[in-house]
Amino acid sequence: MIEILKDRKTQVFTKGDSANALKCDRKSVSGSVSQRACAFCGSRVVLYPISDALHLVHGPIGCAAYTWDIRGSLSSGPQIHRLSFSTDLQEKDVIFGGEPKLYNALTDLIARYKPKAAFVYSTCIVGLIGDDVEAICRRVSREAGIDVIMVESEGFKGTKKTGYQAACDAVYKLVGTGDTSGISKVSINILGDFNVAGESWLIKRYFEEMGIEVVSVLTGDGRVDEIRRSHGAALNLVQCSGSMTHLAHSMERDYGIPMKRVSFFGVEDTSAALYETVSFFKDESLLDRARNVVSGRMKAVMPELRMAKAELIGKRAALYVGGAFKAFSLVRALRNLGMETVLAGTQTGNNEDYELLRDICDEGTVIVDDSNPLELAKFCLEKDVDLFIGGVKERPIAYKLGIAFCDHNHERKICLAGFEGMINFAREVRDSVMSPVWKYVPRRAGRCRIGSPGAEPGPACFPEKEVPHV
Amino acid sequence: MLDGTNATVCERTALRINPAKTCQPIGAMYAALGIHGCMPHSHGSQGCCAYHRSHLTRHFKEPVVATTSSFTEGASVFGGLSNMTTALSNIFSIYDPEVVAVHTTCLSEVIGDDLPMMIKKNIAEGKIPEGKHVIHANTPSFVGSHVTGFSTMVKNTIKYLSDKTGETSDSVNILPGYVDPSDMRELKRIAAELGVKITMLPDTSDVLDQPQTGVYTMYPRGGTKVSEIQAMGDAIATLACGDFASKEAAEELEKKCNVPFSLIDLPIGLKGTDTFIDTLRRMAAVPVPASITLERGRLLDLISDMSQYFHGKKVALFGDPDHVVGVTQLLVEIGMIPTVVITGTPGKRFERKVAEIVSKVSPDAHIEANADIHKLHQIIKNRKVDLLMGNTYGKHVARAEGNLPFVRFGFPIMDRTGHRLFPLVGYRGAMYYLDKILDQLFDKADREVPEELFELIQ
Repeated sequence: MIEILKDRKTQVFTKGDSANALKCDRKSVSGSVSQRACAFCGSRVVLYPISDALHLVHGPIGCAAYTWDIRGSLSSGPQIHRLSFSTDLQEKDVIFGGEPKLYNALTDLIARYKPKAAFVYSTCIVGLIGDDVEAICRRVSREAGIDVIMVESEGFKGTKKTGYQAACDAVYKLVGTGDTSGISKVSINILGDFNVAGESWLIKRYFEEMGIEVVSVLTGDGRVDEIRRSHGAALNLVQCSGSMTHLAHSMERDYGIPMKRVSFFGVEDTSAALYETVSFFKDESLLDRARNVVSGRMKAVMPELRMAKAELIGKRAALYVGGAFKAFSLVRALRNLGMETVLAGTQTGNNEDYELLRDICDEGTVIVDDSNPLELAKFCLEKDVDLFIGGVKERPIAYKLGIAFCDHNHERKICLAGFEGMINFAREVRDSVMSPVWKYVPRRAGRCRIGSPGAEPGPACFPEKEVPHV
Repeated sequence: MLDGTNATVCERTALRINPAKTCQPIGAMYAALGIHGCMPHSHGSQGCCAYHRSHLTRHFKEPVVATTSSFTEGASVFGGLSNMTTALSNIFSIYDPEVVAVHTTCLSEVIGDDLPMMIKKNIAEGKIPEGKHVIHANTPSFVGSHVTGFSTMVKNTIKYLSDKTGETSDSVNILPGYVDPSDMRELKRIAAELGVKITMLPDTSDVLDQPQTGVYTMYPRGGTKVSEIQAMGDAIATLACGDFASKEAAEELEKKCNVPFSLIDLPIGLKGTDTFIDTLRRMAAVPVPASITLERGRLLDLISDMSQYFHGKKVALFGDPDHVVGVTQLLVEIGMIPTVVITGTPGKRFERKVAEIVSKVSPDAHIEANADIHKLHQIIKNRKVDLLMGNTYGKHVARAEGNLPFVRFGFPIMDRTGHRLFPLVGYRGAMYYLDKILDQLFDKADREVPEELFELIQ
C-alpha cells in the first residue's frame, strides 16, 4: 500500500487515533500531487460572476483559457463575464513589457462591450516583468470613465486563499461608491455565494419572502451598481467563509456592518441561517415569517429525505472540497440521509476549521488537508466508501474505484443550496449511489461471490490475472 | 452570450477574445502521460499544474496525475533550484516513477531557471535513483501553443532517451501527434493488421482510456516504455504524423540516431489514411492485407452513399493545426467546401498547407493561423456556412448562429463524454465522423422543417 508523503504526515488525522493537531494552512510540499490551485485561480473564481464587468487576464494565454466559462455561475442579465479576454503575452512583450498591449486591449474591450467596470488580473509573469498595471488601470479609468481595477493575483503569491483576499481587495474598491438611499433597515448582503446553478436566486427568494431586503449578492449574479451600494446593508451573511470573510471584515471595519457566518447547504444549516438572520433584527413578525418559510418548505423536503434515507442508510461517504465550511454542512446533510462521513478533507481549511470538523465527525473519520489522488484512493478503499463528494479532479478517481460521485464544486449543474437543494442533493446522492453500474465493478463484483446469499452474480467475476498488453 | 459579436472585423493587435489555443505546458504534460511509468512535473506555481490536470480530465474523463514545484514568492526571487531538488526527492521516494518529465512554465522561464543544470546537479549529487530518468522540456507559455509544448516534450524525450546500438531492428517508429488515445489505438491496430512491428511515442492508450476495474493505479499499464524509447534509435524508419506536433521529434531522432523519417499529415480521411498505410508498408516492406483494402472499400462506399447530402455544403472549422489540415482534406474528399479554416496556433505553413488543399474547391476560403474564435465568428457572420466543426468552445458560436450544425473534434471536448473512445484517424475514424456530420445536418433539418417536408426516408 502506498505511504503518505513523509512531510504530509501531520496533514492527515484520524479522529480517535491521532494525538496531535492537524497541520494545515501551509504551502504544498514541492513534488506532491496537490489538488490545489493558485492565487490567480482564487481571484478569478470569486470575481468571475460579476456579469456586467469586464474581466481581462493580463498574461500568457493559458490563464485565460483555463478559466474560460468554467463556473456554472448564472447571470440573469449580461453574459460578458463568460467570454475569455486575454492580452496573450508573447516573448517580445515579456522582454519589452506588456503595458502597451494592456492599454490597447483595455481600451478596445471597453469600447466594444461598454462594461460597468473592468477587472484586470495580474498573472505570474506580469509580477516579474514589472508592468505597472496599476498605472495603466488608472489611466484607462480616467479616459474611459469607468472603474478599472487591478487584481493582484499573481499565481505564485499563494494558494487560492491568497487569491480570494486579492479579489476581496479589488471588489472592495467598488463598495461604498454608490447611493444607499432607500435601502431598508432590515437588509443584508449575501457574501460568498456564486449563484452556481441559480443558488443565489433561491436564497434571495427566502429573504424576500421574509421581508428582508437583499442589497447585493457577492458575487453571484453580481452587478457593479449593486456592489457599489452594498455598504448600505445592515448585516453581512458570509457563506463561503474562505473566500469572503476578508471582505466582510473590511466592511465591518469601515462601515460598521456586522457579519454572520452561515451556510445554505442542508436543511439544518439553511434553517439556522434564516433564524440567525432574523434574530439579528429582533423583530417578532420576521420570526413568524421565517417559521413559515422553513416549515412550508420542510413539508416538501421531509418525504424526499425519508425516501432517500431508506435506501442510503449505513452507506459511507468521503468528501474532499475546497473550503471547510462546506465540509461541515455536508457532514450534517449526509447524516440526514443516514450516511456516515468516513473521510473529510479540504484544500484550504485552517486550524479552527479542522477543530470544528473533528468535533462534528464520528470516531475513526480520517481528516486530511491538501490531499492527493493516491491518498484519497487509499482511504476510500480502506474505508470501503460508497460515495465520493468532490470536484472535477476527483470525479474520475471515484469512478475508477467504482464509487458513486456527487459534484459539489463549481462545475455542478444542479442547485444544491437551501431546502430545494437538499431535495436535489438527496436525489443526486441516491441516484448515484444506487446506480446499477457499481455492482458490475470488478472490485465489488468480486466481493459478492456467485451463489452467496442475496448476491447477484456480476459479469466481472473473472479470475484475477494480468491482462496481456495489446 | 455571443450576441454582442458583430460582423465588422477590426484589426486587433493587443487582444485575444475567446482563444483557439492554450499554453505550452499542458501539451508537454499530455505528451509525458504517454510515457510508461512517467510522472509529469510542472516547474512553476501550483495553479498551472492544477489547471492542466483539470483541463485534461475534463476532456478525457480520466484521472490525470502530475506533480508541481509549488513555487512561492521566494522561489520567484531566488530561483527554483531548491524546489526542484525537493520535488525530485519527494517524487522518487513516494511516487516511484520510472521517468520524471519536467516542463517549465512562464514563471520558471522568466526567472531563468536552468533545467539541464538542475537535473545534472541532482544526478551528480546522487539524488536520482539508479535506473531512473529525469527529462525536461522548455515550454514557455508566451511562445507558440499547447501543440508546441507537446512537440517539444516528444522531441526532448527522444533527445534524452533514444539510443543507437548500431544494429537496425525490424521496427518502425510512429509519432502519432497530439491525438487522443483512441487515435493511437487505431493507428496501432492498423499497423498490427499490416503486420508491422512498431513503437509509438507517445502512447496514451491504456493510460487515458483505462477500463473500469475498481482499482486506481497511478501508472496505468499503457505508455511507451523507456526501453522502447531507447530502442527507437535502432528502428528502420520513423513515420511522423503532423507537421506541428511530430516533425521536430522526427528530425531529432534522425540527427541523433540517423533514423530516416517520413513526415505525413495526420491520417484523417481517405487520402490521409492511404498515405499512412502506404508509407508504413514501404518502410516495413510488407504487403497490404485484404482486410485493410476491404475497410477502405467500406469507407469509400459510405462516402458515395452520403455524398449527395454533403456536396457543396460550406464548412467553418477550427482547432489544432495538424487536426485542421487533416479534417480539411477529409471535407474536400466528401465534396464539402471548407470556407473558414482557422487555428489558434501561430504558423504560416498552416495557411499555405490548407490553401493548397482547398485551392480547387474553395480558392477564396478564409484561412488564418494565430486567430481566435471571436474572429472565426465574425468571418462566419460575413460568409454563411452550413456546418461548424471544432472543439467544445465552438458551441457558443453554433448557438449564436441559429443552431448551426456543430460537430466536435480535437481538443478539448468538455461537454460530451463518448468522444474519447472513437478515433478520428484511419478509415474507421472517417466513417465515424461522416456519420456524425450527416446526423447533425439531418437532425437540424428534422427539427426545423415544416411538417410536409419532414421525411421518413432520406
